[in-house]
Amino acid sequence: MAQNKLDIKAEAKNLNFFYADGTKALKNVSLPVYENKITALIGPSGCGKSTFLRCFNRMHDLYPGNRYDGQILLHPDNTNVLAKGVDPIEVRMRISMVFQKPNPFPKSIYENVAYGLRVRGERSKSAVDDKVEEALKGASLWNEVKNRLQDLAFNLSGGQQQRLCIARALATDPEIMLFDEPTSALDPIATVNIEELMSGLKNKLSILVVTHNMQQAARISDYTAYMYLGEMIEFDATDKIFTNPSKKETEDYITGKFG
Amino acid sequence: MMKENMSNSEESLIKPKTLEEVRAMIKSHKRNDFIFSSIGLLTIIFALLTLLILFVDLVMDGYPKLNYEFFTDFPSRRAAHAGILSAWVGSSLIMLVTFVTAVPMGVATGVYLEEYAPKNWFTDIIEINVTNLAGVPSIIYGLLALGLFVYTFHLGQTIVTAGLTLGLLMLPIVIVSTREAIRSIPVAIREAAYAVGATKWQVMLHHVIQYSFGGILTGIIIGMARALGETAPIITVGALTFIAFLPPAPLTSVPPFISFEWLQSGFTVLPIQMFSWLSRPEHAFHINAAAAGAVIIMLTLLMNGTAIWLRYRIRKNIKW
Amino acid sequence: MATTQLKDPPISKRLAKNIKRNFIERVIEIILMFSALTAVFITLGIVYILVSEAAGFFKDVSVYEFLTSRQWSPLFEDAHYGILPLVSGTLTTSFIALGIAVPIGTIAAIYLSEFASHKARETVKPILELLVGVPTVVFGYFALLFVTPILQKIIPDLPTFNMLGAGIVMGIMIIPYIASVAEDAMRAVPMQMREGSYAMGATKFQTAIRVVTPAATSGIIAAYILGISRAVGETMVVAIAAGQQPTLTFNPLEGAATITAYIVQVAMGDLPHGSLGYQSIFAAGMVLFVLTFLFNILGHMARKRFAERY
Repeated sequence: MAQNKLDIKAEAKNLNFFYADGTKALKNVSLPVYENKITALIGPSGCGKSTFLRCFNRMHDLYPGNRYDGQILLHPDNTNVLAKGVDPIEVRMRISMVFQKPNPFPKSIYENVAYGLRVRGERSKSAVDDKVEEALKGASLWNEVKNRLQDLAFNLSGGQQQRLCIARALATDPEIMLFDEPTSALDPIATVNIEELMSGLKNKLSILVVTHNMQQAARISDYTAYMYLGEMIEFDATDKIFTNPSKKETEDYITGKFG
Repeated sequence: MMKENMSNSEESLIKPKTLEEVRAMIKSHKRNDFIFSSIGLLTIIFALLTLLILFVDLVMDGYPKLNYEFFTDFPSRRAAHAGILSAWVGSSLIMLVTFVTAVPMGVATGVYLEEYAPKNWFTDIIEINVTNLAGVPSIIYGLLALGLFVYTFHLGQTIVTAGLTLGLLMLPIVIVSTREAIRSIPVAIREAAYAVGATKWQVMLHHVIQYSFGGILTGIIIGMARALGETAPIITVGALTFIAFLPPAPLTSVPPFISFEWLQSGFTVLPIQMFSWLSRPEHAFHINAAAAGAVIIMLTLLMNGTAIWLRYRIRKNIKW
Repeated sequence: MATTQLKDPPISKRLAKNIKRNFIERVIEIILMFSALTAVFITLGIVYILVSEAAGFFKDVSVYEFLTSRQWSPLFEDAHYGILPLVSGTLTTSFIALGIAVPIGTIAAIYLSEFASHKARETVKPILELLVGVPTVVFGYFALLFVTPILQKIIPDLPTFNMLGAGIVMGIMIIPYIASVAEDAMRAVPMQMREGSYAMGATKFQTAIRVVTPAATSGIIAAYILGISRAVGETMVVAIAAGQQPTLTFNPLEGAATITAYIVQVAMGDLPHGSLGYQSIFAAGMVLFVLTFLFNILGHMARKRFAERY
């Protein structure tokens, strides 16, 4: 359970979420995201784990009619990310996201990584150069692309593209990084690369990752939350969830009796 | 049991066919296939051949006139000395006005309808209007321009009026192609941009409009080709059929070096010139008409061909 | 934390920045919306101009005479204002055009969609699109100076200006359009339907006629209706080749003016703004607008119904 020496980076409190058609996709979900830890969200498809993840950077705001109810507090400044007065754009600058399928822009490798900085109004060429290099190194991609930064990002392999997307998310020094099934479109070798990368990244920031792959959750996460039908069934240290879950539903899912 | 049932019902209702009969039947069906596919092929070849003959006839008729002087001579009462100088200059200047008005408006409308417009009755009304405008006969645009631009806004029977008229005509084409191009951009790209903190307009400017540029360009070229060949609305706004002067040059030797006087000038355009020669009874003028027609056809085929080729290339190069 | 941390401005500055940014975003959205509204303004403009000018016309001419008089001669001493002759000219040329374009366009569409090899289709489709873009004034030339002379060899007393030649050329002009739209509709029929038919032992022709064409009916009908609308609104071919004399006749061997040809004829002359003759072209235009509007709405309804099914 939550040791007291751990800092909480963000926490969802009694979060409900409604899609435009009125579907209630999240029911009273609460969850802490610990600083410099990886928290995994698992559960059968349609359980609301991606919906939940996308609340953290207000992606749901892009589609009219979606409605949040509850709080996601971002520490240390205690900002409620979901509050009306909080600008979703500001939230996205602090909490970045990596998607299910690699989605680089049809621009050069360099411009992909620099895009977040450009959006923030960073003008100094040398500062952007430094930051791009740092982000690509952080995403373990630098050695593969340093000689062809002006190449189109589409020319990279799937795994490289996903690391490029991580570099893009990394370049703006986010406090939290959200991963939405980041390896589901990748081959096993690329998956291992991304997993190692995520484990290294947690020294810099906090990670919340949705995965449909229980082994992956067990391999990389420190904490795991099991969701089902829009509800948070259980949250605990990953070891505990996978060896000795306290809820019957969690155990059934983990052991493959269902799901 | 099933099998029994089936054979029972077959026996009672339909006479079972022997294998030979079935084969004979298939053979006759296949013959139908062959007959239709021959008819279809012949129809297409016939239609394309007819059009080819028409075009070849036109070019052959006009060939004797297609020389350098034809492009540098003003129209004249003597067919042999008549050329299309004022017509192609007029066409070019009008296309300029058309481009400047229709392209920004069309792209803006396309972006608005695809990316901004909420799903409600108000948007529905705009959509219905755009679809409807695409089907309004061009001469109706001409009447609108005559009533509105010429006599309400008092723009006169000038290049600016003609340019605006063709701009209206081209607008739906640009809108539709912009929307189609934007629609082909996956949501994932937009979300990626939003996720790093881009604003909506930044997403439009840095991503959506850039990535749909090829498709938009296709629409612009097709629209311009249509505007170039359009005749009826230009007649109603009062194109002159005999014009032996050029509009004032847009660039001047005295500061500020750019002049907009040409916008106020009377004009003629290529299709009008062709129409006016065609309306004359003398055969010599019909040759001029054919030559002008050949020029118009080459230009529009070239433009449309470029657009189609461009679209083909874009489809081939899409990686998402 | 990262090594080169980006500087975050203080809260107050950030808020001010947010407000400014959101304001600009809003302004841009409003500009875009007004652009989009242009489409509505154009339609309103068309209706307003047609109605207001035609209103002047109907002050002097009763609607009854307009709809029932069998003569249209607004520019003559003995003026009559019956739209019927113009409508008959429009309908006759349009029917000839459709008589050519519908069968040929449909056969071509079925062939391209169901029989042609991928390569043949990819070659012919762009050509069709290319032909849709050929200016109509050029087709007017063909009607007057190519098709009519040939027809005159077959029918010796055919006048130079006649509806037959104009209609035939208009039909040729519309073939690519109908073929292209109808082919799109047939291609949109899901492959499973064809596979279902082939699996029962049907041939290509049987599949095309019994499965694909019925499934694409509303799409094909939309192609026809949009074709009619084009024929009715077509101006240059009829203005050049069908004749300028408003005559109440459905005989394709005669010459007769259509609604569009009349508008062109008047516009070519120099009628004073506000005169009855000037207003008459708006009254004629209104009839044309209503006709094509109805066809367009019908066509789009058919198309939409088709799109919703697949």
